[in-house]
Amino acid sequence: MKRLMRSAVSNGLALVAFSVAGTALLAGTYGLTLGTIARSEQAKQQALLAQTLPEGSFDADLIAHTVAADPLLGTKKPGQAYLARKDGKGSGVVLEVTAPDGYAGEIKLLVGILADGRLGGVRVVKHKETPGLGDYIEVEKNPWIRQFDGLSLNQAPAAQWRVRKDGGRFDYLAGATITPRAIVKAVARALQYFERHKAELLAGAKE
Amino acid sequence: MFTQEARDIVVNGLWKQNPGIVQILGLCPLLAISNNVVNALSLGLATTLVMTVSNGAVALVRNLIPHAIRIPVFILIVAALVTVVDLLMHAYLLSLYLVLGIFIPLIVTNCIVLARVEAFASKRSTWHSVLDGAFMGLGLTLVLLTLGAVREAFGKGTLLSGLDLALGPRAAAWTIHLAPGYDGFLLAILPPGAFIGLGLLIALRNLIELRKKEHGPHPA
Repeated sequence: MKRLMRSAVSNGLALVAFSVAGTALLAGTYGLTLGTIARSEQAKQQALLAQTLPEGSFDADLIAHTVAADPLLGTKKPGQAYLARKDGKGSGVVLEVTAPDGYAGEIKLLVGILADGRLGGVRVVKHKETPGLGDYIEVEKNPWIRQFDGLSLNQAPAAQWRVRKDGGRFDYLAGATITPRAIVKAVARALQYFERHKAELLAGAKE
Repeated sequence: MFTQEARDIVVNGLWKQNPGIVQILGLCPLLAISNNVVNALSLGLATTLVMTVSNGAVALVRNLIPHAIRIPVFILIVAALVTVVDLLMHAYLLSLYLVLGIFIPLIVTNCIVLARVEAFASKRSTWHSVLDGAFMGLGLTLVLLTLGAVREAFGKGTLLSGLDLALGPRAAAWTIHLAPGYDGFLLAILPPGAFIGLGLLIALRNLIELRKKEHGPHPA
């Protein structure tokens, strides 16, 4: 009984020692890399933001402000909207949009909309679609996502905001239709959101 | 320079005990991702890195680990090291991380890593354990690469598509189009294609081994 007790205690202590050593190693590495990683994530977000608005459509840094959750944005929590300005006036806005019905869960998008209601560009920030099949929505892998550039609700009637298979105007790759369907719907909804909230978005007044 | 033992470790990893087509261990995540050459190679190399580091680390402290609790300690060591590798790569090797990064968390849970740590690194010298990790990893990489090449060739009619993601836009021109106008064969890209492909690879290896036994006397 005593021997059993002793071995249990010594095993427990060994496990504690390994855990402490492991945690210390992780904490050290985390502290060491935290700043560098945060900077590169921010740079990536900035680069994506800049891609959603055409060059020359803004001349000052984007201003981030919070917008309330809205079914048209697909968001359940308040998100960010980025106001673009040119000559001191609001020239466009970049919205954080979620497409809830991707093949593997949510697809997070940045949708850039110019003041006249045309799309500046759409970029995928985060998704879990099948690698090699549904991931052609990433601009690095396929120019597919560029077909939104310059479109607006006036230019393309509501019935056309579908993939070709469903009678709309948007191309898709065979074998993965759910993914583009989700994105087309989300972008169309984001445009509707913009039409409804245009004034406040471009004024950037909402805190 | 290499002793007979070291040579055995290399041969075991690459052929005799190949984790992909002989041990058939930890293939779940690997099969899903081997749908083209670039993905397969990236995942293979990331696995090799993890196996080398974890085998080496466990061998270093193998005499300090009480036998009864060795499995939790192994998992702790592997998970901690992989997280460290993940963080360091993210911070200092960003371009490599963008390609390999998504695969690294997949590998922690891969049972081939734990299998080599338990079966090899906990009993052998550090140098031999590192060698075993590296060559088991490379053996797996070879299998994945073959599988990726076959699936991409049949599924999409290309080889090396997406290489530009790893090596910059210059590499986009290196994609090889095997048959112009080929529409693709979706089954090869989807998971069933992976199982069929792997089955064929295993059969091929068995055939080669069988031929070797029939021809020439087999050393006892």
